[in-house]
Amino acid sequence: MSVVIEQPRSPRSRNQANLEKYGWMYMRLSGVLLVILIFGHLFVNLYLGEGIKAIDFAFVGGKWSDPFWQVWDLAMLWLAMIHGTNGMRTLVNDYTSNETLRKAMVWSLWGICAVLVTLGTLVVFTFDPCPAGALPELLPSFCPVA
Amino acid sequence: MASLPAGTLYRGKVGMWSWVLHRITGVAIFFFLLVHVLDTALVRLSPEAYNAVINTYKTPLIGVAELGLVAAILYHALNGLRIIAIDFWRKGVKYQNVMFWIVVAIAFGIFAAFAPRHLMHVFG
Ligand code: HEM
Repeated sequence: MSVVIEQPRSPRSRNQANLEKYGWMYMRLSGVLLVILIFGHLFVNLYLGEGIKAIDFAFVGGKWSDPFWQVWDLAMLWLAMIHGTNGMRTLVNDYTSNETLRKAMVWSLWGICAVLVTLGTLVVFTFDPCPAGALPELLPSFCPVA
Repeated sequence: MASLPAGTLYRGKVGMWSWVLHRITGVAIFFFLLVHVLDTALVRLSPEAYNAVINTYKTPLIGVAELGLVAAILYHALNGLRIIAIDFWRKGVKYQNVMFWIVVAIAFGIFAAFAPRHLMHVFG
């Protein structure tokens, strides 16, 4: 890919430049928020209590019956997926020399991002902590016993 | 022989290696996140399916790999804050080298508090 470098004193281009600037700002803004979200996520899930040993369906059911953790996890999902995808786009831009390949990879990245963000969002919102017919000992303690 | 460029932010010194590490950890975390969204989505399928997969996270091999993941996140997150400081703080560029070592120190501190506890959960 050949890069056109503008005349140093020519006025700032208004088309692609702004999109890249917003991407740059997004990486930093989401980064700050993700520090809080991810450190909190790891502290509660891996450090407190029995850590990784305590994680099972009932654990997730308990957390997502609280809107606080639904919003927390949803924000983390969206911010991290878009941050990670945009970061991978930078790598693709850096390391591909074939323009068709580059375009294909960038489109694939955003495609994967859209699929996973949609899937994750649906899971958080349509999740049922007490599915009918499941073994009671696998469910959170607040589920009514059948 | 050409003289070595002195004092540049990016070539050959902390500025460059901190960037290489930031890039590698970013990619590693990204691929883990893809898997993690999928494994979590299993709660929508059945309690059995979710528990079966999440139990592999408690095995010794994956349990130890999780230490690597946590280390990667600690570095990427704290160095990300360093990058932001370099970009927005007036003295950021001047202190980028010290800030790198502060990042490493804090990352090691948190890792030291986390690792023994996590290993106890995995092996205990
Ligand atoms: C925990 C908080 C995080 C902070 C503070 C943070 C911060 C940053 C910053 C400041 C950049 C540089 C962007 C640029 O130079 O324009 C970056 C790049 C990147 N981040 Fe993060 N990030 C975080 C979490 C994540 C997560 C969860 C992922 C993966 C899903 C990720 C993946 C990446 C990737 C792939 C890059 C591109 C690396 C490169 O261009 O060399 N980051 N991050």
